[in-house]
Amino acid sequence: MKALRFWLPLVALVGFLGLAGYMLTKPKDEFVESRMVGKPLPFFTLDPAVPDRPGLASRDFATGKPRLLNIFASWCVPCAAEAPQLKALAARGVDIAGIAIRDRPEDVAAFLARYGNPYSAIGKDDLSEVQLAIGSSGVPETFVIDGKGRIAYQHIGDIRAENVSMLLKKLEEAR
Amino acid sequence: MIAEIGLAALWLAAALSVLQMLCGALSVRARGAGGAVLTNLTRPAAVLQGALAAVAFAMLLWVFAITDLSVKLVAANSHAAKPMIFKLAGAWGNHEGSMLLWVTVLSGAGALIAAVERRLPERTMQATLAAQGFVALGFYAFLIFSSNPFERLPTPVAEGMGLNPLLQDIGLAFHPPTLYLGYVGLSVAFSFAVGALVTRQVTPEFARAMRPWVLGAWVFLTLGITAGSYWAYYELGWGGWWFWDPVENASLMPWLAATALLHSASVLASRDALRAWTIMLGVVAFSMSMVGTFLVRSGILTSVHAFAVDPERGSFILALLAIYIGGALALFAVRAGTVAEGERFAVTSREGALVFNNVMLSAILAIVLLGTLYPLLTEAFDVRVSVGPPYFNPVGAIFFVPMLLVMAVGPLLRWRRDSLARVGREMALVGAIVLAALILASILGEVPLLPLIGLALAGGLAVASLLPVRGRSLQRVPMATWGMVAAHFGVAVALFGMASESAFSKERLAAVAMGQSVAVGPWSIRLERVEPVAGPNWTALRATLLASYRGGEPIELAPAARDFWSPPQQTTESALATRWNGQLYTVIGEQADDGRWQLRLWWKPFVPLIWLGGGIIALGGVLALIGRVRTDLRRRSVLRRSATRRSDRAALTAEPAE
Repeated sequence: MKALRFWLPLVALVGFLGLAGYMLTKPKDEFVESRMVGKPLPFFTLDPAVPDRPGLASRDFATGKPRLLNIFASWCVPCAAEAPQLKALAARGVDIAGIAIRDRPEDVAAFLARYGNPYSAIGKDDLSEVQLAIGSSGVPETFVIDGKGRIAYQHIGDIRAENVSMLLKKLEEAR
Repeated sequence: MIAEIGLAALWLAAALSVLQMLCGALSVRARGAGGAVLTNLTRPAAVLQGALAAVAFAMLLWVFAITDLSVKLVAANSHAAKPMIFKLAGAWGNHEGSMLLWVTVLSGAGALIAAVERRLPERTMQATLAAQGFVALGFYAFLIFSSNPFERLPTPVAEGMGLNPLLQDIGLAFHPPTLYLGYVGLSVAFSFAVGALVTRQVTPEFARAMRPWVLGAWVFLTLGITAGSYWAYYELGWGGWWFWDPVENASLMPWLAATALLHSASVLASRDALRAWTIMLGVVAFSMSMVGTFLVRSGILTSVHAFAVDPERGSFILALLAIYIGGALALFAVRAGTVAEGERFAVTSREGALVFNNVMLSAILAIVLLGTLYPLLTEAFDVRVSVGPPYFNPVGAIFFVPMLLVMAVGPLLRWRRDSLARVGREMALVGAIVLAALILASILGEVPLLPLIGLALAGGLAVASLLPVRGRSLQRVPMATWGMVAAHFGVAVALFGMASESAFSKERLAAVAMGQSVAVGPWSIRLERVEPVAGPNWTALRATLLASYRGGEPIELAPAARDFWSPPQQTTESALATRWNGQLYTVIGEQADDGRWQLRLWWKPFVPLIWLGGGIIALGGVLALIGRVRTDLRRRSVLRRSATRRSDRAALTAEPAE
């Protein structure tokens, strides 16, 4: 019994080696996934970010029709990169709501004038309050909200061309 | 050519480490019989190996100094327009260069023990040097095969990429080398422990031989951690001094183990007790250095100390860890039972107190290790967590507080057996101070529980740490005792700084117009002007603040936001005003739309005591080290003289027979 305790340090080391070795083989996932996926949108009301689009509130989503909720900012480079994909989605009849993060109205307007405006409504979130509440850790992120106002899916990072059909499928599933 | 000389030196050093390992191992097996030639080779091999590693490192410094852009590492991490000191510091501000520094320190330490350590039985020394050579070999392989610092580019580039501006700071020039001297210096304790296990010579003599080496490494580790903490404090502009970041923990863990090892080695040296425990700490201390290296370089944990990470390097270090630490712990498991238990002692005794503190230090070590690895563990089950101050502070305190209490009393106790009644007066004094400080601090203001306890214990410990020299003739107190007194007093000073910082800090974030004043704590700060300035490889916006303490004569502070252009990055340069009772910390932020400037201000009472305390702790280590080395030198000269006398006498008595 007494001799056994001398083996304990080695056992601890083997445990560490096993864990570290296993984790080294796993690709490192830097994304922070939202814990709100599957839950209803938290309550919020946001003022309009630009004059020609209405603001955004959580109650706008429980309308029976699935929508995309895109979190973006005029200062965010990948947001510009995903603009063509959002345009393509809008052209396929997808209703896209936007939330502009920590932005100025004139900058948002300039951004939309330059890259196109696929949004039916844009709320301004100057303190990232809504962004944090729905569990988004960066821009851009895109959420699929189902007809009951629940978060059905979270896409982290810019939407690439190959993601468009996947998002259309998720929207179909959320119907 | 220079780079090739460096690489050749590395290969030669690797070959010598093989020689050192084989000669050492074979002479241990030969038990001194017939292996004399091999035995005589081990020490020179170790010394030469250390010299060659130093040559390799000097070559690396050289290519960085002349900004040789055909060397990949220089091109990726340096820039011709950098000031010379940061060109040199850039040599170790990256993965490959810092690994070379690591190895240079490792073989330098090996060379040093080979050159000067003569107290232990030669067979134990041979085993120790063999172990040191074996460890060095693994790291040479790591350097040469997966992190070659001397790799050339097929075509030289026109200009280098530059060094991360956060690292272009005088603090960084000295922080890593100091820390590495500590980390890697612990390899000596490791090799000693392995050597003693192999020959089963775990004796007080062994502890006395190992102690100065551990002390030396520990002093550097203490200084490195203290300097790193201060660097993070003023350079990162967050106003915090410890973040429980995995890499900070990686430096704290070897320190905790080394601190425990110092104390248990003392017990072994004076009383021949705690044999197996001391050996295990010797192995654990260096294991923690290696685990830290693995965590930082593999990128397995997310940390602010980003190195260019690479899973292949991670696997390499993990393999080294498995071989060395696994091997040593397996040897320990097999041999520890046969290392006789050692002397017994009563619970109330110097040994008892030291054992208690050893257990507490190990518990804190376990807590830090667990907190650091916990995110890794949960991630294996796909759960993301981050562990921070809400875990480390209270859970650590559970063990830290009793440790401080025993630390106040322990040095007053006698070896082997004592009674608390004998030190009753001293204990009452310390208790009274703790109580008075508790009451005083709670009257002064709303102080949270942990800082409150911290303040009270700091007061008690500060007085208690001086008690061991009371009533003694100060000139006759041994140097090592002064070292202990200083180190313990330093802990009290640092603790007071930490507790005061978290209890009394005032923070203010304000948007300030030109000429307007804001107040933080007793300070009133006026924004005078903001102007652009240019440095060697940056431009900056520098604010000029006039800060006045309680309406006194204002002093000028100049916090700045620097824009480095190679690589492009912004840094905040905080400006500090230090008084005897604290520090004012100012940072300039962005300009708002209406032209006002963001200022971030802190008043941190007694915060410099944290680092002053760290310095005093290290000073204690230096004093103890001087004391130990002097005793050893005196012993050597006595031995030498008595040997001469003996041989003289032998010669005299032999003469008449002629």
